[in-house]
Amino acid sequence: MVENRPWLTAFSHLVVILGVVIVAFPIWMTFVAATHDQETMLHAPVPVMPGPYFFDNIKTVLTSGYNRPGSIPLWTTLFNSMVMALGVALGKIFISIISAFAIVYFRFPLRMTCFWAIFVTLMLPVEVRIVPTYGVVATLGMVDSYSGLIIPLIASATATFLFRQFFLSVPDELAEASRVDGASPLRFFWDILLPMSRTSIAAMFVIQFIYGWNQYLWPLLITTKPDFYTVVMTVSRQASVVDTVPAWNLLMAMALLAMLPPVAVVVIMQRQFVRGLVETEK
Amino acid sequence: MEKRVTFQERGLPYLLIAPQMAITLIFFFWPSGQAIWQSLLLEDAFGGNTKFVWFDNFTALFADSAYFASVRLTLVFSALVASLGLAVSLLLAVMADRVIRGASVYKAFLVWPYAVAPAVAGVLWGFLFNPSVGVVVWLLSGIGIDFNYVIDGNQALLLIVIASVWNQVSYNFLFFLAGLQSIPRSLIEAAAIDGAGPGKRFWDIIFPLLSPTGFFLLVVNIIYAFFGTFGVVSSLTQGGPAKATEILVWKVYNDGFRGQDLGSSSAQSVILMLAVILLTVVQFRFIERKVHY
Repeated sequence: MVENRPWLTAFSHLVVILGVVIVAFPIWMTFVAATHDQETMLHAPVPVMPGPYFFDNIKTVLTSGYNRPGSIPLWTTLFNSMVMALGVALGKIFISIISAFAIVYFRFPLRMTCFWAIFVTLMLPVEVRIVPTYGVVATLGMVDSYSGLIIPLIASATATFLFRQFFLSVPDELAEASRVDGASPLRFFWDILLPMSRTSIAAMFVIQFIYGWNQYLWPLLITTKPDFYTVVMTVSRQASVVDTVPAWNLLMAMALLAMLPPVAVVVIMQRQFVRGLVETEK
Repeated sequence: MEKRVTFQERGLPYLLIAPQMAITLIFFFWPSGQAIWQSLLLEDAFGGNTKFVWFDNFTALFADSAYFASVRLTLVFSALVASLGLAVSLLLAVMADRVIRGASVYKAFLVWPYAVAPAVAGVLWGFLFNPSVGVVVWLLSGIGIDFNYVIDGNQALLLIVIASVWNQVSYNFLFFLAGLQSIPRSLIEAAAIDGAGPGKRFWDIIFPLLSPTGFFLLVVNIIYAFFGTFGVVSSLTQGGPAKATEILVWKVYNDGFRGQDLGSSSAQSVILMLAVILLTVVQFRFIERKVHY
């Protein structure tokens, strides 16, 4: 600190604490709602302190969803979300690390064309071209499948740029040395480049896992069978149904489970997360 | 920037770049081309007859007052989300940067919302503001404010702004904090020795040095407000009441999938694409200029 101003410091603490409280409040209320029975949550004012039904509610939603005929157990949707998030994250990392390798370490005709073709995809989020993309996926017969959920989302420029940026910072001497030693490009990639990229890969994984898990519009369109529903779309869909006697406790337990994995990833891998966030935007 | 040392293989690079290119072509260029093509077609509701109508879909859109209402609403909405989001997170970042003790604890508590899906964020805030059981509504009624976002359009808009800002605050906060921490301490110290107080130091030194970060975040936040908030709207208001929250991205979806008006929806897609491209170009122009300085 440049100078000592105890009042200003106290004020700063106060502002930040207030911010933290406001930011955490919705999550706290979600948790509280998930710990009461249905009856308690039907009348205002609702409690702001937890009750005893947390595990009952969690168990109910995991095994029978919103607990109505036709609702899907949340287990299924959590599993689907996990498949989708892992598929998107790993798929993106895989295809972009090899294409970045090609762009940086080789000279070939159409190289810049490929580069720009990938670059333009940076600009258009799925939401913009949703109707025609759905048409294409339907034409290819990929509706209601994991490949339909994952593959259209793994083309993204951000990861390619991150790895390109990183490869450009790798000293030329390494590639030169392995060429002199007679190592093939793939061997150089596997033995030298890949181990060096570990931190970038971890950072990328965190960002893309969250991206994949939190997808909403895409799974909403591409799935018609409950077997392929993801958890985020299930929660949102349930929330927009007007119920005569809403089970807030169950809905909030579902919301809690829907945000738990990505929040856990961010909290546990906070360093990689911050790094990934800041680096992908360079 | 280019590598000096490269490998000589001819076939291999194509093989390596093929998966990325295939997916980009199939799921990006093909649909984008189709969007442009479809925006020039008129299709009846059963998909039976299509006819090429040139720019009729666009002229119909531009003559449609509902579309302009949605454009206006989207502009107001994204201005609110971006300005509130940036202001709140800048305040939090400056304050968190000032305190030494506990800064990392605060940071850990402020990064959560980023991990919450917009659609789930909508559910959380819908619960807090639920007309019959919402705790915030209950508090507001205690001070005489009647809050019911299900019937009041302005309140519905306010609610989706709050939920969207909450969802985006951690992202902005992390970038502002990183920007603040990269400002050389010596600059601040020199100003302090010359007698500049904290307020003056902020406006004359910190704020100008943060402006590139701020500008970058402004573009990101506008793009987020345009597209990323789809889930918030879908969970909370579904464009209602009476189209009070029908932002453009919701309208594209609603007209295309619910209204089955593919021509109009595609024309809207094309316009949105142009808007994003424009924003991105502005951003890159700016970044280039920054590099030259």
